[in-house]
Order: sequence, then C-alpha cells, then structure tokens
Amino acid sequence: MAATETFVGRSVLRKEDPELLTGRGRYTDDLSVPGMLWMAVVRSPFAHARIRGVDVTRALAVPGVVAAFAGSDFRWAGPLLMAWPVTEDLKNPPHYPLATDVARYQGDGVAVVVAESRGAAMDGAEAVQVDYDPLPAVTDVEAALAEGAPLVHEDLGTNESFTWSLTNGDVDAVFASAPIRIEERYRIQRQVPNAIEPRAILVEPNIATGQFTMWDSTQVPHVVRTAMALATGISESKLRIIAPRVGGGFGSKLQVYPEEALALELARRLGRPIKWTETRSENFLATHHGRDQVQRMELAADERGKIVGFRAHILANMGAYLRIISPGTPVLGAFLYCGAYTGEAYQVTLTGVFTNTTPVDAYRGAGRPEATNAIERAIDALARRVGKDPVEIRRINFMPPFTEATPSIGGLTIDSGDYHATLDKAIELFDLEQLRKEQRARRERGDVRQIGIGLSTYLENCGWGPSRVIGNVLRYAGGGWEAATVRCHPTGKVVLVVGTTPHGQGSETAYAQVVADELGIAVDDVDVLFGDTDVAPSGWDTYGSRGAAVGTPAVHRAARRVREKARAIAAHELEVAEDDLEWSDGAFRVRGAPDQARTIPQIAFSAWTGHNLPDGVEPGLEASSFFDPENLVFPYGAHICAVEVDTETGATRVLRYVAVDDVGTVINPMLVEGQVIGGVVQGIAEALYEEALYDESGNLVTSSMQAYGLPGPPEAPTIITGSHVTPSTTNELGIKGVGETGTIASPPAVLNAIVDALSPLGVTEIERPATPEKVWRAIQRAKGERA
Amino acid sequence: MTRISLTVNGQRREADVEPRTLLVYFLREHLGLTGTNVGCDTSTCGACTVHLDGESVKSCTLLAVQADGREVTTIEALARDGELHPLQEAFRRNHALQCGYCTPGMVMAAASLLRERPNPTEEEVREGLEGNLCRCTGYQNIVKAVLDAAASGARV
Amino acid sequence: MIPAPFDYVRADSVDDAIARLREDPEGKLLAGGHSLLPAMKLRLARPSTLIDIGRLRDLAYIREDGDRVAIGALTRHHDVATSELLRQACPIVAHAASVVGDPQVRHVGTIGGSCAHGDPAGDLPSVLLALEAEFVARGPSGERTIPASGFFTSLFETALAPDEVLTEIRVPRTSGGWAYLKFNRRAIDWAIVGVAAVRANGGVRVGLTNMGLTPLRATGVEEAIASGADPAAAAARADEGTAPPADAFASDEYRRELAKVLVRRALEQVLA
Repeated sequence: MAATETFVGRSVLRKEDPELLTGRGRYTDDLSVPGMLWMAVVRSPFAHARIRGVDVTRALAVPGVVAAFAGSDFRWAGPLLMAWPVTEDLKNPPHYPLATDVARYQGDGVAVVVAESRGAAMDGAEAVQVDYDPLPAVTDVEAALAEGAPLVHEDLGTNESFTWSLTNGDVDAVFASAPIRIEERYRIQRQVPNAIEPRAILVEPNIATGQFTMWDSTQVPHVVRTAMALATGISESKLRIIAPRVGGGFGSKLQVYPEEALALELARRLGRPIKWTETRSENFLATHHGRDQVQRMELAADERGKIVGFRAHILANMGAYLRIISPGTPVLGAFLYCGAYTGEAYQVTLTGVFTNTTPVDAYRGAGRPEATNAIERAIDALARRVGKDPVEIRRINFMPPFTEATPSIGGLTIDSGDYHATLDKAIELFDLEQLRKEQRARRERGDVRQIGIGLSTYLENCGWGPSRVIGNVLRYAGGGWEAATVRCHPTGKVVLVVGTTPHGQGSETAYAQVVADELGIAVDDVDVLFGDTDVAPSGWDTYGSRGAAVGTPAVHRAARRVREKARAIAAHELEVAEDDLEWSDGAFRVRGAPDQARTIPQIAFSAWTGHNLPDGVEPGLEASSFFDPENLVFPYGAHICAVEVDTETGATRVLRYVAVDDVGTVINPMLVEGQVIGGVVQGIAEALYEEALYDESGNLVTSSMQAYGLPGPPEAPTIITGSHVTPSTTNELGIKGVGETGTIASPPAVLNAIVDALSPLGVTEIERPATPEKVWRAIQRAKGERA
Repeated sequence: MTRISLTVNGQRREADVEPRTLLVYFLREHLGLTGTNVGCDTSTCGACTVHLDGESVKSCTLLAVQADGREVTTIEALARDGELHPLQEAFRRNHALQCGYCTPGMVMAAASLLRERPNPTEEEVREGLEGNLCRCTGYQNIVKAVLDAAASGARV
Repeated sequence: MIPAPFDYVRADSVDDAIARLREDPEGKLLAGGHSLLPAMKLRLARPSTLIDIGRLRDLAYIREDGDRVAIGALTRHHDVATSELLRQACPIVAHAASVVGDPQVRHVGTIGGSCAHGDPAGDLPSVLLALEAEFVARGPSGERTIPASGFFTSLFETALAPDEVLTEIRVPRTSGGWAYLKFNRRAIDWAIVGVAAVRANGGVRVGLTNMGLTPLRATGVEEAIASGADPAAAAARADEGTAPPADAFASDEYRRELAKVLVRRALEQVLA
C-alpha cells in the first residue's frame, strides 16, 4: 500500500500532456455559450491622430451587426490598472479601453462592434467611419526627448515619464581615477512576444445575479479580476475570471487589456455573452511589446581589466501609455548591470519615455536581458581593450563562490552562487579548444565562412517577492506571496489548489511531484486546480519565473501541514505518542515496528468519517499556506555560442551552443531543460531574427508572422545543456527559477560570437538583430575604415 | 450558402456554409472539433494543420467548400481506442510540448512527414516541419520526438 | 481573419471558367488558393466571385511532350517537386518547387496559380524564365502560347487576359548543370533574392528572383559568360538592369550585392 516511489528530482512525464496532445485541451477560443456575440475592435491606422468623429451608422447596417460604439459612448469607473509607479513623480496619463480624442499608436482602439458572427463583426468594424486628423508621430526614444519632438501626451509638456536611479559608492571618483574607461552604446530592439495562442476572451453575464464569468487567455486572472473591478465598478465578488488552457504568454498575457474591459462592459450593457479573439495582425499592434532601450554602458577598470566601476544610462521606450508594469520592467534589470562581477561603485539611471508606439511591458526576461546585454557586451569590449581573453576577463571579475546570502555591488543580496563552476563546466561541454583551433584554421586560409565564439555569464533576479520589499522599496502596488491548498478526498486522492496560473511551464506536474512525495502517494493521485478565481481565490499568478520559486514553497508547506495533522491522527489510531512515529517510505511508522503504519489515504478516510479522532483534532484533512519569500532568487550561469558567418552575404548560423545554468534545486530535470532550451532559442531569435520595426510615420513594418522573423525548426540550433546546483537560501527547498534564464543569457553570447568571428576584419560592434544585411554592413563599414 | 458534403475523421458530414467559411472554422465552429487551432492570419504558423486526403494542409488557408467531397483528418482522430498515436506518445516521452497550442498542428504535420519519409534524418525533420512555429520548446524536443517515433518503427 | 463575402461558383471545365470570368470582371479564379486566400483574409483582395477551378483534375499532370515536359497548370508544387520525370528531365523545376513555402503549402498550391499570381518573389517564375519555358493560355478565342520572356509583365501582373486561363507550362529538357540558390532568413520565407542558372546551348541562362517588378533575366551576366568571362567577372554584372525592392527584409543596395554573390556561386556550380 505504501508508495516506495518518490518523485522530486525525477523527469516525471507531464500530467498536462494527454489532453493537449489529443486536441482536448480547452483554450478560450474553443469555448462558446448560447447567445454569444462576437466583438471586433476598430483600430487607428495612424500612429498619432486627432479623432474628429466616429460614425457607426454604416456598421449598424451590416447584416449580423447588433451594436457599435465609439470610445465616447463609454463611462469607465477608472482607467486600466497601472501597478508600478516606480517614482513618486512619475507621469501616468490614464489609459481607458478606447481612445476618445487622440489615437496615440497604430492599433489604438477607437470603436467597437458587436455582431452575431466572427465574420459579421469584422465586416462591421470595417464599416465604421472614423474621421482622423493625422498628427506628427515619434517612435524613437532619443527623438522623443529631443527639443521640439511631437508630444505623445500634449498636456504633459514632455515625453519623459520618469527617471529612476540607483547609486552605490562614489561613482564619479572611481571613474575619474580609473586608468581604463570604456563607453559603449547599444540599442535593444523592440520585440513582439508572439505567444502562438492569440489573446481571447469570453464573458458570460448572469442577468439574474449580476455575476459575470470571464474566460480569458491570461497569465493573471487574479490581477485581471481586481483591475476589472476598478475599470468597470463591478464588485470583485461578482467577477469570476477563468484562465483555461493558455497557449503561452512570455509576459504578454500578464497584462490587463482594453478588450477585457470592453467585453465585460458590453456583456453588462447588452446582457449577452461576448466573445473576442485577437487576430495575429491585431496581436502585432495591440498586445504589448517588449524591450526597446537605448543603452549607454560605461566600465571603469584597472590595466589588467579588473572592473572598479559600472555606470549605465538607459532610455526605455514605454510606448504610448504606461501599462501594468511598463515602468517597472527596466527596474527589474536595474540591479544587474554589474552581471556576476565585483566592483567598487555602481550607478544606473533609467528614463522612461513615451512614444507613438504600442505600449511596452514585460517580455520573457523583462529588464534582465537588457541589463545582461549591456554588461556582457561591454565586458567583451573591455577584454579587447586590455588584451585579455573573454574567459579570463570574466574569471578575474567574478564574485567569489558563496553559499550564504551575499551583497552585490548592484545592490542585491544574492542567495548563493559559484560563477566559476558554471563557466568551467560550460567550457568543458563546449570543447572550446577544438573550436578555437578550427577558428584559427579558417582565419589562416581566409575562408569565406568564419567562425566566432561568444560568451555570456549572467546573473539574474527572479521569483517575484517578498511583498514588503517589492511594495515598500520598489513601489510595486501588488503582492509577491503565493498560496496553495492541499485537500485530501476520503479515498486518499488529493486536490491541490494553487494561486499561480501555469500556461505551459509544466507546473502542474512539478507541484504534484512535491505533494506526492510529502504525502507518500503517486503523482497521478494529485489533481492540480488553478487559474479560476472562484476555485483558487488567492494568488498572484505566473510570471517573472515565480511559479517554481514562490509557488512551490507554498505547495510544500501546505502538504507538510496536511502531513502534520495526519501524524496526530496516525498516533491516535496506532495508540502511540506522536514522537514514536517516523515518516518513512510514504507512511507514518512506529519506530522499531515499521509494519505498524498508517498511510495518508488511510488517515484521510478516518479524518473524513471523524469516528475516531484524537481530542481537539477537527475532522477533514486539508491545509493551506500563504508563502511570502524572504528574498528574490538569483539563477546564473554561463552560455557559450559558436557561430558561422558567411562574410560575403552576412548570413549567420549558430554552430554550437552550450548553456550551463544554476537554477537551484531541481524538481523535474526534464521540465528545467525544456525551459532552458526554449528560452535560449527565443533569445537566439532576439539576437538574429526578430524586430518590431516602425517606419518614420509610426507604421509597424514587421506586422505579421511573415515579416517578423520567428525562427522555425530549420533555423533553431541544438542546445547542449548542463547544470550546477547551489541551493537557494531564499526558500527551504533551495529552488531558484528557470523560466527566463535562456532569454536573459543567450543574446549577448550570440552577438559576442559574431563580433569575434569578424574581429579579424576590424568589426567591433554589431547591431541587433544581427540580420544578414546588418552583418554585411558591419563588414563593409570595417573594410571602409581600414581602406 | 453552399452545400458541402465531406468525410471528417471517418464520419460523413453535410452542411450549408457561407462560401467564405475557412475550413478551420468549419471544423471548430460547425463540427465542434476545437483541437485544430488558429495562430496567425498569414498561413505561417501551421497551428491549423490537418490532413486533407492524407496530406498535411493549413486549414486556415482553405475554404470549407474546397474540402467538399474530400476526406479530412484532425488531431481528434489520431488517438484510437484510448491509446495515444505513436507520435503523440513520442511527443510526451520527449517533452516536445509546453503550452500545447502548436501541438495538434505540429503532430499532424509530423504524421504527414513520416508518411512521405518514414526514416528521416534530423535535417529532414527540421525542414519537413518548416511550416510550423512553436514559441515554447525551441523545437529540439519536437525533432527528437519525431525521430524517436520514426525509429520506433510504429506505423504512422 | 475572415474574407469579405463573395459568391462562389465551381467551373466544370476550362471553357466554363472562361465564360464565368467574362460574366464577372471582378471575379477571380481559385486554384489552390495559396496566393489568393491569404490576401482575401487580410481583405487586401476582395473578388466578387470566386471561380473554383481546383477540381479540374485534367489540368494536373506532368508528361513528356517531345523535347519538352508539359506540366498542367493545376499540378501541385508537391507533385512537381517529387516528379521522377522532372527530376530526370528538368531537375531545376523540381528543386525550385521543393523550396516553395512549406510542405502544407506545397500540398495545395499549384504551379499555375503561383505563376499567374505574378509575384516577383516567387521561386518558380525566375526558374521558368531562365528555362525559356512556354505558358499555354486558353481564352474565348482559343489557345495561345506565351514565351516566358513575355509572360511576366509587371508586379502581380502577367500577359494573361482577364478572361484567359493558364492551362499548361512547358519546360525544356535540360542536360547540363543547374542551380537555384534561394537566399532567405527562414526556410519558410520568400526569397530575399534568388538566382536560377541553367546551362543551355553552350552558354548559361540566369534568372533573378525578387530583383525587380517581375522575375528578370540577368542578360549582362549571360553575355559576359558567352564572351568568356569567369564567374566572378560575369557576376559583377548581376544587378544590371534590375530595380530591386527595399522592404522590411532588405535594402535595394544589399539585394544588388546578394545578387552578385549568389550569381557567382550559381555560375561556379553550373560550370563546375
């Protein structure tokens, strides 16, 4: 009866898979309810335009159209939630679901149509007549800050939303006295997250009770519930938000969007269910974008290349409005412009800038890929300056290994780390010597196809919490804790309810592994419920690599509490003192008489009947935990990339890629490896392929999957992974996070490799993404400079 | 409205459809076969891949009327008698899916590929799946899964 | 995305299709639909009537025709790519068809449909141009043969009259070297630049993909080779007479450079 099998640390196959593999997983667009109407949003084709009038008459005449409204037809209880005012004086013009007077980016919603079918809603949206008066637009952060730039929000008198800064040590003095100073400039191009499932919403009103159920392709049903209450004035108690299967998020679905509020408001107004599913074309314009920074990165060092000072000045594009954590996104990286290195002084200044572009917010890595780019590109520049090898320069600058929390020059208290260990392991797996030999051979014979090798050794902060720090120090409006409830059925099957909202990570399986081990049952006997504010009312959802690092300790504690209650019942039934019991081999056993035992299923039944419980013990077997971490967690690692560059065409391909990461204690190695590989490929795509490119009038040029280069199977390289484990000191399980490490680490490794490949030609810098044309231009430029 | 009659997953189906109805919406909204997904509007992502007379096609780029008289197979028909299809098994064994949204299309594209090329090389698998995008996995485990299914010799 | 509403009719013969085209000047032929439907979904194309010729199976064939191979206009890319006859007799066509789109597209899209679409970024048009293929069209007054050099007239425009149907494409048997080099960022993408080169009559004929409003012949290169230039010298003339587009994928300047590199590489392969 007792389970001898344990699960944590093993590559248990996913509980999620059977339904997803057979097409039985239910995503929001798969759902329909009787009487449902379709919504379509009319969007501004202009990046900046005064709206002189909206006429819906012709739309109302389209067959199937039921209703149509302009922005001015709505009165909202409040604007869409912006939850992270990073400075006291931050400028945050309210963002309502539809523009009424001015459209501020291409894709800004100006009207809405409701119809009996998907096609009729589109026909109706096409028929709405909007009289626009186009205004000058600005899309680039530097242009937006220049004198006389068009103002995105005229009444603010400026395009600057905020400036946030952090200083450690006497930066000016350190820079003034350092013999080596370098200053580099990088542009982090804008990205479109492109979860393969477009956003979708279905709202069903109950006229009798005034309750609304919203199925929503979101990472954050709990946040959406609060935000919807604020926007519409409908009480949270009347709102049930359900995130069914969600087809990827990458940050793009941690947002609170206009369409959620519109669908809810229209369901209330029309008394009928409202459905909206984003088209991919809309996704490119209306779902938030990521990255988009201009960076100035300075390092001060001694002649050997030992860094003493870090100084970064960042202009971060916010887009047309501050969305839920737009201002906080660069702040998430603000402590990491020193990478995993030591120094004496540190300064980061971030300026958030409004432009006539789609709002920018968190995209896988959020702020940390940007910071990692700056330091990992700059340290290579420093290596070239002082004539050191990229490996050596990193080794002399790393923080020494530590197992107890240790402060960094960037202002963090790091949980644990051994940066040399991951670098050593990566070099070993990569076979660096052999590739350097091949590189030399190609250089000597002047091969058209040159090889380059690039490194990125990163440190990141994730596992969003603890509440009092993120609230009081960082001015974030939300909490950072997580919740879990473990409930035993009479037969011993278990329901786990969690406040995180997994959407592809495999958290259901990982959590079930933890519960199964705690309770001595099988993974298959644990059902995991989440993503429904009625079923799992408490929690802060899944983003920022917090599902494992913050979610699992809550799960573990709840299961441990169930087991502790079970211990009392087991002792009572076995007629021994609790201290005479030991938990072994999946059951409570009497010390010295292990056959006298009680399993959790046995105790669950007793607790259900309540026939024979010890005095003072209540019936039932369930427990909850609200876990608020003491600190963030700090994954790190070393990634090495070899590229082959065709020096005639500029075409670049990744030849070999090694990722060695320390993500702390691993619950399921298969899931961790999957996160690493997926993230690395997404980061390689950022380095080589993807860019949201605006033209001078503010039209998004790369506005479809055809024009925007998401790599396919032929473009993706094979990733070799390795790991090193120093348990985190932040939580009792030693877990760090893994959801974002790949996209944080990989872009600079690829870019450094390209520069390395082309350095004999005199190339020292490459623009992102390193498209064939950009690589070709860098080569031409270098040739020109040499001539 | 145009009358169409076709076989879907072995069953004869007749319906009156608006000519502009895309095959994918006919499957999803008329027949309730929601396993086939829509991920883009430019025939790029392949999430909507089904089989038309046994070959992979993008059902977002076909009108339902074009499938009149023909045979359509969707992801729902791949597992038989409660047993996963060998490709589905291989996807699970190799952790070839995360969010699962591209998965039905990916599996259907892979099944068609293996029918045309039962023993593909890694490069042939990558090229054979070029019409399917995945944002989660980086493709590595998908490629592994397809090679694994091919090596297992199971009939696909 | 859903196309705007349209009427749908099914042609039961080529002549029927011609008659229907004459009835509705805003009507469009639907073959595989893989050029047309994507444009209709984005509502960039809004034909009033779709005339479905996809069921005219007698226009799907690949057969020997004297010193040529005749390909029915409704032959799918997949069938062109996997045709044993073409692999033997004119392998560059089979190869070019194998790099169109992706497998799903090749299972539906047709050679006639993509040629009639007249997209200068398509792979087959420049190959057919280099091969000096013939296009057979049928209209109300009968059949005519259009040489490849006269078929592609402008951006998305061909020599086909509004009431003509492309029925067949004839390609010559080739015996010498050939190359089709498609340069793109992703396998699934259209060519940023493509170069088709085939040996013919002791010389080399070169076609260029996406270097102008239509697929183009690199006549300067052909002349240079004919007068004894080596591939590198000949390739330097690759962009003569071209007008490459500048778009989200590449500038015109870069396309010119790519054309030169790819033409040189193609010539080296063909002449090896």
